[in-house]
Amino acid sequence: MPEPQRTLGAAEVEQLVEREYAYGFVTDIETEVVPPGLSEDVIRLISEKKEEPQWLLDWRLKAYERWQRMTEPNWAKVSYPKIDYDAISYYAAPKSAVEDGPKSLDDIDPELRRTYEKLGIPLVEQQRLAGVAVDAVFDSVSVATTFKEKLAELGVIFCSFSEAVKEHPELVRKYLGTVVPLTDNFFASLNSAVFSDGSFVYVPKGVRCPMELSTYFRINASETGQFERTLIIADEGSYVSYLEGCTAPMRDENQLHAAVVELVALEDARIKYSTVQNWYPGDKNGVGGIYNFVTKRGKCAGARSHISWTQVETGSAITWKYPSCILLGDDSIGEFYSVALTANRQQADTGTKMIHIGRNTKSTIISKGISAGHGQNTYRGQVKVLPGASNARNFSQCDSLLIGPDSGAHTVPYIDVANPEAQLEHEASTSRIGEDQLFYCRQRGIDPEEAVSLIVNGFARDVLSELPMEFAVEAQKLLGVSLEGAVG
Amino acid sequence: MTPLLEICGLHVEVEGREILRGLDLEIPLGETHAVMGPNGSGKSTLAHVIAGREGYEITKGIIRYGGEDVLELEPEERARKGVFLAFQYPVEIPGVNNTYFLKAAVNEIRKHRGQPELDAVDFLGLMRDRVKLLDFDEDLIKRPVNEGFSGGEKKRNEILQMTVLEPTLAVLDETDSGLDIDALRIVAEGVNRMRSPERSFLVITHYQRLLNHIVPDRVHVLQEGRIVESGGSDLALRLEAEGYGKAAAVTA
Repeated sequence: MPEPQRTLGAAEVEQLVEREYAYGFVTDIETEVVPPGLSEDVIRLISEKKEEPQWLLDWRLKAYERWQRMTEPNWAKVSYPKIDYDAISYYAAPKSAVEDGPKSLDDIDPELRRTYEKLGIPLVEQQRLAGVAVDAVFDSVSVATTFKEKLAELGVIFCSFSEAVKEHPELVRKYLGTVVPLTDNFFASLNSAVFSDGSFVYVPKGVRCPMELSTYFRINASETGQFERTLIIADEGSYVSYLEGCTAPMRDENQLHAAVVELVALEDARIKYSTVQNWYPGDKNGVGGIYNFVTKRGKCAGARSHISWTQVETGSAITWKYPSCILLGDDSIGEFYSVALTANRQQADTGTKMIHIGRNTKSTIISKGISAGHGQNTYRGQVKVLPGASNARNFSQCDSLLIGPDSGAHTVPYIDVANPEAQLEHEASTSRIGEDQLFYCRQRGIDPEEAVSLIVNGFARDVLSELPMEFAVEAQKLLGVSLEGAVG
Repeated sequence: MTPLLEICGLHVEVEGREILRGLDLEIPLGETHAVMGPNGSGKSTLAHVIAGREGYEITKGIIRYGGEDVLELEPEERARKGVFLAFQYPVEIPGVNNTYFLKAAVNEIRKHRGQPELDAVDFLGLMRDRVKLLDFDEDLIKRPVNEGFSGGEKKRNEILQMTVLEPTLAVLDETDSGLDIDALRIVAEGVNRMRSPERSFLVITHYQRLLNHIVPDRVHVLQEGRIVESGGSDLALRLEAEGYGKAAAVTA
């Protein structure tokens, strides 16, 4: 007689998803904070602090002017109280990092060094992480970048955005806003007006970047927003793999993180962009946590160029994020691999846009949503094939895993095809972690927490396998930790 | 000597309905016992209750394993003490590699016994060894747990897990259902190879067929939630010939 399928009850899930956020500490460091509120003066102040050229200030002001006339988007399946943009401080920086300007790795404030060590990101060019170069962004500024000289030998530029504005203004000016224009959307325009720092990468023609480049974002100051800007340019025939990670202290207030990432891949270039997002998600009642409202877009500008987005989203109270590809070059390829986990009261509305413009363009979308507790998880994606995109192809797969009776999964695919030769496939599934799977694991001697972690990681495997090795292990652990607790 | 498994006066309800109604059963260490019974007699309930599955309310009675009352123990605790259940319907765990899964299980059990955990290389050696013994397709150990396996492959995977985990008490819940005669023989050989004075088996089945291959020390007839008759292995043959109706009549 087959057993009746039993799903997990609310109380069991509550214990199962009770999470420990390991990165919730605050660094006690003297910080320079601009008073809350947004105005032209604040933007001028930020620009001045960064000693920016006039064109960039003008660009910011134009974005600000546009932003004032825009309204906050409300189409996403997320709900949160109205954000008071005048209550946010738009610039915060550790004094020690600003006063003496960019410095060598040896001169970093020991308090900052300790912070990154606690986060597992040592700011030294040591053996263990020899394959990874790190740019460390703390609140509004970059505090250190490792392996800069070694990369420079190959002509690879990897530095903070502020430094790029000073040292490589021609590249910044040429590409800034070409993928995400300053008028793009409410949060992107806000970012364009007030962005403070971020990473800049340029890989010259034909160069295969020999190490993973990564940026580690840390929010520390309270009542501030983080508005970083990342710009990556892969010149003809080059390759780069880039990874970002993010954490923030535990606080009862919500903090806004509105970043913009622009990728440009020229002919035959390939960019692999991976994110392990672990911003503070709020407590189990939904108090506090980061609002992660981010615009990420890549342009496959040249023929046969290739951009892959891989994201593991486990943090943030709310995630609003759609890393996208504009497939302009003929035969170009766009990929999106995503795992989004929402537990407790977290909400995620995430997905991608694949815009097929060139001929023979191909895109792949693999999305895995995991919802536990009262978590709400929405996949929202668009595949658009323009009239000129002959022979365009897309494959989309959207799977949802539900844990417990109060979680929700939603799939909202938009498909818009204007070329009769296009071939599109869409697959979707929704499943639950059943009591039968859990019992099966436990009968083999495996702890319930370990069992859930095992099942979730199995579900996300197709995406995790896209991550660079070092980070796949970290992401796997993160998925486990995010669901830590005990089953009743 | 205390039997390895001792069940006394066990009453079990599922969703308010009484399934087991005063079941008594003893299995000494080193013996293989068969429990036979018609559909709905409570065979699978018995298997699940021994393993500690939730959703079964034990209203009366006791289960002792190795002399210890195990009713308060979690399923994983029982497993680590050597209780293994070969499932009637093995569960699929998509994306989780079969070898990885079994390694996690072996190491949990080893941890409990105070033994050092096996590393990937040692474990793979152990797996290869057992796979060969069972004539198991080596590809299957690299695939996700039970995903896309045929019915027979799933059952063989259960036996493979059993041979790797080396339990003290193995409960086989209708392992023969859905097996063709070749698969049945392989499964039975796997079990017979493991029989030892240090290990007991509880073979739960509807049909006598499996017991031609795994010859039990004792056969018990389960009907309407109780053991109504016990005997030697010839009892299974008689049941096959006469049907369960007769056995019920004996107790009436």
